[in-house]
Amino acid sequence: MSTQITAEDLDAVALGGAFLGTGGGGDPYIGKLMAKAALLEHGPVTLIDAAELPEDALCVPVFMMGAPTVMVEKLPAGTEVLAALAQIKQIMGRKATALVCAEAGGLNSTIPFAVAAVTGLPLLNGDGMGRAFPELQMCSFTMHGVKATPLVLADDKGNAASFTTIDNLWTERLARAATVEMGGAALVAAYPMTGAQAQASLLHGTMTLILEIGRTIQEERRAMRHPGEALRALTGGHKLMRARVADIRRETTGGFVRGTATLRGIDEDAGRSFTVDFQNEFLVARDDTGRVLTTTPDLICALDGDAGLPVTTESLRYGLTLELTGIPADPQWRTEAGLTLAGPGYFGYDHAFAPVEALLSTS
Amino acid sequence: MYRLGIDVGGTNTDAVVMQGKTVLSGVKTATTEDVTSGVRAALEEAIAAAGIDRAKVGKVMIGTTHFTNAVIERRHLDPVAAIRLGLPATACLPPAVDWPEDLKHVVGDHGYIIGGGYEFDGREIGPLDEEALVRIAGEITEKGLKAAAITCVFGPINAAMEERAKAILEEKCPGLPVVLSTDIGRIGLLERESAAIMNASLLGLAARTVSAFETALAESGLDCPFYLTQNDGTLMAADVVKRFPVLTFASGPTNSMRGAAFLTGVTEAIVVDIGGTTTDVGALHLGFPRQASTIVDVGGVRTNFRMPDVFSVGLGGGSIVADDGGKVGPQSTGYRITREARVFGGETLTATDIAVAAGLADVGDSAKVTGLEPAIIEKAMTEITAILENSVERSRISPEPIPVIAVGGGSILMPDRLGDLDVIRPDHFAVANAVGAAIAQVSGEVDRVFSLEKISREDCLTQAEEEATRQAIEAGALPETCQVIEREDVPLAYLPGNATRIHVKVVGEMGGVDA
Repeated sequence: MSTQITAEDLDAVALGGAFLGTGGGGDPYIGKLMAKAALLEHGPVTLIDAAELPEDALCVPVFMMGAPTVMVEKLPAGTEVLAALAQIKQIMGRKATALVCAEAGGLNSTIPFAVAAVTGLPLLNGDGMGRAFPELQMCSFTMHGVKATPLVLADDKGNAASFTTIDNLWTERLARAATVEMGGAALVAAYPMTGAQAQASLLHGTMTLILEIGRTIQEERRAMRHPGEALRALTGGHKLMRARVADIRRETTGGFVRGTATLRGIDEDAGRSFTVDFQNEFLVARDDTGRVLTTTPDLICALDGDAGLPVTTESLRYGLTLELTGIPADPQWRTEAGLTLAGPGYFGYDHAFAPVEALLSTS
Repeated sequence: MYRLGIDVGGTNTDAVVMQGKTVLSGVKTATTEDVTSGVRAALEEAIAAAGIDRAKVGKVMIGTTHFTNAVIERRHLDPVAAIRLGLPATACLPPAVDWPEDLKHVVGDHGYIIGGGYEFDGREIGPLDEEALVRIAGEITEKGLKAAAITCVFGPINAAMEERAKAILEEKCPGLPVVLSTDIGRIGLLERESAAIMNASLLGLAARTVSAFETALAESGLDCPFYLTQNDGTLMAADVVKRFPVLTFASGPTNSMRGAAFLTGVTEAIVVDIGGTTTDVGALHLGFPRQASTIVDVGGVRTNFRMPDVFSVGLGGGSIVADDGGKVGPQSTGYRITREARVFGGETLTATDIAVAAGLADVGDSAKVTGLEPAIIEKAMTEITAILENSVERSRISPEPIPVIAVGGGSILMPDRLGDLDVIRPDHFAVANAVGAAIAQVSGEVDRVFSLEKISREDCLTQAEEEATRQAIEAGALPETCQVIEREDVPLAYLPGNATRIHVKVVGEMGGVDA
């Protein structure tokens, strides 16, 4: 089944992407502007299901790597991904059949739409994360043995670097180092895969999901309702808390911002308190007894408690009201392979993963 | 010496005369189309009410929404050249790409992107394309553009390239005003660039407005320096406003909140400014308005100005009471309240009538509302209190019972307590915004990305504080009054190498104002 995405849909796509960004992944605004310009010039983007592709089709994920804070200052030239795709074509000996979104949360939710419009290629309705995660190997493609290489990293100046590595974790390390030299943000084409691999490994339906999430936020806000409830109905999420930021501690380790926000409950949660840990994205939410309410890879999505718009961890500040929702991650994330990549242990936590629905039902 | 504070709003022009920390007089007059005559009327009235010798007025501070309104109404804006230094980067989104079409049309859509710019760590993306600048200078002359705005990628970490570009333009186009983005905004290219372009397009209006103020003061026999307030509650000298009119955006709410802090001596509070149609609520921290964390939209353009985090609700003295008291506002009689409200002999039941009937205020003819059913009064007062309580709760930043300060002409609607919070109603509450202008401070600010490879975080913060303090003193602050009011560092995400963005702001009292 294919869906046409027009320039008018992109506000909703970006909103939905920001929500699934789970507090990180960068503001989709720049990507949205790029996609809007591309769709206005080249026409709508066609979303297709992976099942519609021949098994030997060539599907290529495209995304931005590096600091979103750099990206909002040094905007892309716009030709980077095209250069990366050209090099992938050279390496693979054939042209891509379809593009893939690697990360449905944050900035990378909108960038594939811009590339799809310019190249005229269809975009698969799915992605590799169903949310945002900080590292390149943390995706369902890795779980299915799809290699990140050949990976091509391209900058604004016309430099492109391709990598051959022994595993996806090494790809992350080497590509991250090259990204810094390229000015802190670069665009990437990687994880070239067949149609069969795409069908097996993608988290399906996430592109239409972010569109629906965004539309829900828009509609609820127009109706003067906070969108939290409607979004939980849409995503199978659970309300974690309505609260106000009472304290916020941040530190940088290894290029990532880690921190903890202490929250005081408001409205129906008045009198309770909570903590939320983040490493760019929200990772673990706990109540005042230290009991885990939601833990990675399940999603912790934040909305402004008043305005109902998605909130990033970078914009957390004392006094901000939040409504946090815990959403079950795609079943692929809850497998052993998924938890090895992005479970609590990977981020240095002692607690074992438990699904958000189980954690909340024992309260 | 005395100082005069003036607030030029869309409806009213308010003025106060102050001596040291005492308010000698405060008046409210109507804003006029030409600005000058309204300002003259207000300051004449304020001087007369205070009974002072005008020769002893040492400084005049003016707050105005004139430049914000120009952008919102798309009036008085000049066509400008928007030049970005950054190729090959940034080519995907030209200057003003996200502006509303009508505003882009007025400002002219003359965008250029040329070679230049920096990386986040200070390396050059490429050399400045000086030949392109010379070519653009020719087009500026040919098209008759009135000003230019230059924005360099990562300019906030190194202004050298913007300055070089300015020198070239000034040489080729003598007399052309050139705005540098690094003088105005922070990291965030599109927002900073948009602010620079808006600023450039307002320069003509700024020159005319500042000279209108000069004329008003001169005609009133006031021969003293004057200043305008900016969005963060600090002052700019008149000649600085001519260069950076955009920095006055949103100074209105800031002035009334700062005025409220001053009039009460309270530095941690919720300020509720109740006007005729709307109520603005914001939080004071250390005597300054708490800033909004999100991007603020001015006339449909995203900007990254630091603006007060103000929550507005449709309740004011002129709000129309309907549904037997069950509904108050958002419909309002507005400026017609003095004809339409019952206490003024009109037919419309307004929030002011309810306040008078409830005995909260003595305005107009209270006999006109004596027949009002007690049930209606009670219901309407409950509704008014609920609206105010809800707005205050939204702005409350801690469970501590901090006071609520009620200011503005409509603050007669405010009960003496709001939930668990005490309400303070200072003298001169109706002209708090003019008081806020009169007591505005001067500031210095640093917002840059630092690398922590060779220097510690603490050293970086100290360095930034010293630089901001130096800027504040250069702007006229008394060194002994300088204090840091904002100090934050946000490490840059997803990058090794410990780059961190540091933002420090220092404010101090303006020298030479207290007798």
